[in-house]
Amino acid sequence: MVTEMKDYTPNIEVQKENILNVNNLEIFYGEKRAVNGISMDIEENTITALIGPSGCGKSTFLRSINRMNDLIPGAFAKGEIIYEGLNILSNNINVGALRKEIGMVFQKPNPFPKSIYENITHALKFSGLKKKSQLNEIVEESLTKAALWDEVKDRLHESALSLSGGQQQRLCIARTIAMKPTVMLLDEPSSALDPISNAKVEELIVELKNDYSIVIVTHNMQQASRISDKTAFFLNGDLVEFDQTEKIFTNPSVKKTEEYISGRFG
Amino acid sequence: MTYFRGVIFFMEKLVPAKERLLKSQKNWMNGEVRGKIIVFICAIIMISATIAITIFLGTKGLQSFIKNGVSLIEFLTGKQWNPSDQAKPQYGALPFIFGSFTVTFLAALIAAPLGIGGAIFMTEIAPSWGRKILQPVIELLVGIPSVVYGFIGLTVLVPFIRVHFGGLGFSLLSGMIVLSIMILPTITTIATDAMSSLPKTLREGSYALGATRWQTIRKVLIPAAIPSLLTAIVLGMARAFGEALAVQMVIGNVKTMPHSILDASGTLTTIITLNMGYTTFGSPENNILWSMGLLLLIMSFAFILLIRYLSSRRKI
Repeated sequence: MVTEMKDYTPNIEVQKENILNVNNLEIFYGEKRAVNGISMDIEENTITALIGPSGCGKSTFLRSINRMNDLIPGAFAKGEIIYEGLNILSNNINVGALRKEIGMVFQKPNPFPKSIYENITHALKFSGLKKKSQLNEIVEESLTKAALWDEVKDRLHESALSLSGGQQQRLCIARTIAMKPTVMLLDEPSSALDPISNAKVEELIVELKNDYSIVIVTHNMQQASRISDKTAFFLNGDLVEFDQTEKIFTNPSVKKTEEYISGRFG
Repeated sequence: MTYFRGVIFFMEKLVPAKERLLKSQKNWMNGEVRGKIIVFICAIIMISATIAITIFLGTKGLQSFIKNGVSLIEFLTGKQWNPSDQAKPQYGALPFIFGSFTVTFLAALIAAPLGIGGAIFMTEIAPSWGRKILQPVIELLVGIPSVVYGFIGLTVLVPFIRVHFGGLGFSLLSGMIVLSIMILPTITTIATDAMSSLPKTLREGSYALGATRWQTIRKVLIPAAIPSLLTAIVLGMARAFGEALAVQMVIGNVKTMPHSILDASGTLTTIITLNMGYTTFGSPENNILWSMGLLLLIMSFAFILLIRYLSSRRKI
């Protein structure tokens, strides 16, 4: 694992601004507490990886950042996540508007059963964008950014379901990009893909770092070490350690972290 | 017995694999084959019953055209229905065909939005308590016998329409309202299944892009479920088309073409049930009723084909 990190270039000289401040966040599913009071700062234009065994609360935490947990009956959160001075967990937040700024890509590619073109324009139309030329422009721009344009430009009006799994996932990333978010949440975005598609998606994520702040949940430790700048290790709902990726993977300060990344449990 | 078994067990070990493992006459007649035969017989009975009914209805239904010389064109397009006239019988069934179709489509027009709306309410808006209330309501609606629907229609709906809208009260309007309530459970149940079988990821994908619940329902969920929703509507229509008793009690059963929704009318099914008892088997009047029955069967085949086509259609 250590050998794979040779070409890792630490990016610590520039002090980046925080885009999200998480303060003492607790998340419950009914009676059960899934996240136990975590605090962490997420920097802008940074890839933050959340790692940990299944059920450790990392996905729950990720989903709380754009309030996707609202869809789960009985789920609620305490504490605060500050985004541009606002606590996005409070009741007076317009979650629709929030999710346009904090986009999310899921584990399983979930394109709508519509054409490739409509998959991108779908949400834009809700935001009141109607002009055809403008829509075309955004479709091309976001598909290009998602490194999918060359593969699909001749068949934009074919079903999105005719794409391969990897292409579908990049389409899902493209439709999130089309909303011009500030933060992108990725929930194991390449775990359902084959190694080649996986590599393409990873390359894309690193590329996206220049424009967006990215939080990624991954089960794949190599992936975390390859692409992320900072890594947070979760265990049983606790944030065990959060530091520069390089430090987490070479010299973690907590013993549990070391045991997990060296594969002794989890 | 135990000794005997032991011997067989002992012997089986001695006999070569060829005899123990290859299919042979000896192990042919065990449970596997018996089960197969039972299931096979069940299937044969079902298939032959359907085929027998179709053949019987086909031969009986065609008699009026072949034996009694009724013209098919007259049957399908004639407006005069007078099969018992000795001198000049007339066999125009168009008013009833029209009545059947009209009442079916109008009933679907009411029941489809209600049923799909109910399904969306149960799956998307209030999955917990909405379902708890609506589910038993729908099951109850299924359980009410059609004669009760007809009776309620006759005592409540017909006088209401007579007083408030004019006419006799016995009308297409009463028929369509009664039918729409009767087919509501069919449409709601199938639509609910269709909506709840949509993958959760589809909803999440839409919400994650900032869509509201209504936008998600309208632009993602309904389009994705549309083949199944259409199937639900067509199944409801098939039921409405074949319903006789309840319709008969409220529609008025006249031989003339209705000119407005408040006019009394007749349908293929109501004319068959009303006249079946007064005609002698084998007479032209009786045969023409069979022709109407055949027409109903053909229509239900058409509905089935339509459903097959709709559910096999790819979602884009």
